[in-house]
Amino acid sequence: MKKRIILTPYIVWCIVFIIVPMVLVLFFGLTDESGKFTTRNLCEVFLYPDVFLRSLWLGFKATAICLVVGYLSALIISRLNVKLQKILIILVMLPMWMNFLLKIYSLMFILQDNGFINGILSSFGFSKFNMMNTEGAVILGMVYNFLTYMILPIHSSLVEIDEKLLDAAKDLGANYFMTFVKVIFPLSIPGIVSGIAMVFIPSVSTFILSKMLGGRQNFLVGDIIDMHFLGGIYDPHIGSAISLVLMILLLICTGIINQLQNENKSKKGALVI
Amino acid sequence: MNFGFKKNKIIFFILFFLILGFAAFILFKYIMLSKQNKEASLILNVYNWGNHISDGTNGYLNVNEEFEKNTGIKINYTTYPDNESLYAKLAASGTKYDVIIPSDYMIDKLKKENMLQKLDFSLIPNSSYIDEEFKNLEHDPQNEYSLPYTWGIIGIYYNKSIVSELEKEIDWNILWNKKYEKNILMFEGNPRDSFLIALLKLGFSINTTNKNELEMAANEIIKQKPLIKGYVSDQVFERVSSGETALAPYYADAWIINNKDKNLGFTIPKNTNKFLNSICVPANAEHPKEAMMYINFLCDPEIASQNISGIGYSTPENAAREKIESKFYHSKILYPDEDIIKNAQVLKNLPQDTNDLINDLWLKTRASKSNDTTKLVLIFLIFSCVYIGLKFYKSLKNKRKLNKGNLVIV
Repeated sequence: MKKRIILTPYIVWCIVFIIVPMVLVLFFGLTDESGKFTTRNLCEVFLYPDVFLRSLWLGFKATAICLVVGYLSALIISRLNVKLQKILIILVMLPMWMNFLLKIYSLMFILQDNGFINGILSSFGFSKFNMMNTEGAVILGMVYNFLTYMILPIHSSLVEIDEKLLDAAKDLGANYFMTFVKVIFPLSIPGIVSGIAMVFIPSVSTFILSKMLGGRQNFLVGDIIDMHFLGGIYDPHIGSAISLVLMILLLICTGIINQLQNENKSKKGALVI
Repeated sequence: MNFGFKKNKIIFFILFFLILGFAAFILFKYIMLSKQNKEASLILNVYNWGNHISDGTNGYLNVNEEFEKNTGIKINYTTYPDNESLYAKLAASGTKYDVIIPSDYMIDKLKKENMLQKLDFSLIPNSSYIDEEFKNLEHDPQNEYSLPYTWGIIGIYYNKSIVSELEKEIDWNILWNKKYEKNILMFEGNPRDSFLIALLKLGFSINTTNKNELEMAANEIIKQKPLIKGYVSDQVFERVSSGETALAPYYADAWIINNKDKNLGFTIPKNTNKFLNSICVPANAEHPKEAMMYINFLCDPEIASQNISGIGYSTPENAAREKIESKFYHSKILYPDEDIIKNAQVLKNLPQDTNDLINDLWLKTRASKSNDTTKLVLIFLIFSCVYIGLKFYKSLKNKRKLNKGNLVIV
């Protein structure tokens, strides 16, 4: 009984802010303007295969870069002494305290044709090169904004590894590389899995990054949803249908990501599907 | 030894009093604020374009502040980036606005959908200052629903250090010139904006409902795509003045008159688009009377002249124009010659099927919308197969492990 009372606020929160909006998206996605059931919206969504592919591909690239960079940084940080670790983790989290939009604006300032990087390059006599409004700028924006979510879970799973295991591996004659492959890496997989999920999903559904850094040359899924709710084409029904399809696609992706870790340990993981 | 303990205690007390003082301060402030709110009778919700009122930042009058000072009515001022966002917000009708400022074709659309109420001109005596040429226009033939606020035309901003053509030679065709590849910035908030310039280039009516003409315009947009540096809805001025962009079509603005950089130019092609932003009151406004007071205040020639100087567009009130600085008054950019204004076309509200066609064509050019549905179905199938395959492989592996375990025990 007591447990239930404690859970009530959470359940109310879930219903009001998660279940109700989901039902609304479902309702809007499957009805037309007069409120009648229709599959027209869903059919419309399937006319944008390239946009979905592009979003997934960009999200995949950003996640891959985040994984490599994030894993290495987490590994290096976790090998340091506790005091230094604390400072570095705070430094990793520091950008999270800043407004998302502000970070994108500062990135724009850095990448512009007359921005920071090109300013340095031209002062050394190199010619300027265009970085804004490219696919690379969008990926950089994703990595820059979501890297923290990769480092933190990997770091915490690396710190949890018992020192004795490493000593045991050493005693049994493993060098550092073998210890990493056989002991450290498998034990850090739960962190990697939640890291990938936390980078991949916001990357695929972002719209502001491609709007500000990509110049809207080619649309991402988030752009099209944005267009249908706030932009030039006002049609919340199609917008909801696109969100619905995107949600299902991301659900499948999360399922695939979660298959990467061992079932027995999945109880410890962030997401269970 | 005890010193450390004492120091901790002192720090603790200092912190304690600081927090206490801070809390008391917030409480005090809160009480004062709620008292003030009770005194202020009501709040007027004004919804306007971004940068579309003088806010005191460039030396002119802060219009909203002045109104609050004169009347005691508080203004809740919010902004939107384009007509379609305004429409989306009104259609979703979460918030009730008292004053909105849409432009020509959107007024017609809102009026037809019964989202506007008639203005009470007995409360707006200053409406008599509006020039005759801005009355009885197509979007509001009886002058019942709207009162002109600002107007302007679209031209091309260009950087003389990059663009070699003379001002006379510049027309819409230059935006398709391969010489300026990746050096052209297009403004756009919605599909109609991007069709506008393509239609002007082809010499068609910007309100065409002809399918062939619209398809030709869509082809022009596709042709132009590789030359474009970015599609933006603002940021045009920053990017042109930093020398980052050679050409950018945009609204005529006093910004160019105030800017001292000699490399910046602005030219108005012969056939262009003219826009008129008018003040309206939504049908569900909560304070229509105060809204009329606000509109009357905005039309006062003294206020309007300060306001238009701060905004940078052109005013539909000659009485206000006479009060602005001569560099604005005589500007051919803000008040171009008669023949340009006569040739300029106005955006009109289009029938729904034409709007749908434009949206569809535009999404094909920009979001690579296709007619092929199988591709995305295939993506779904592949992803599902990968998921099921992985799951199956894992259960197989676990079974094998279990079997092995059993063998060992046996």
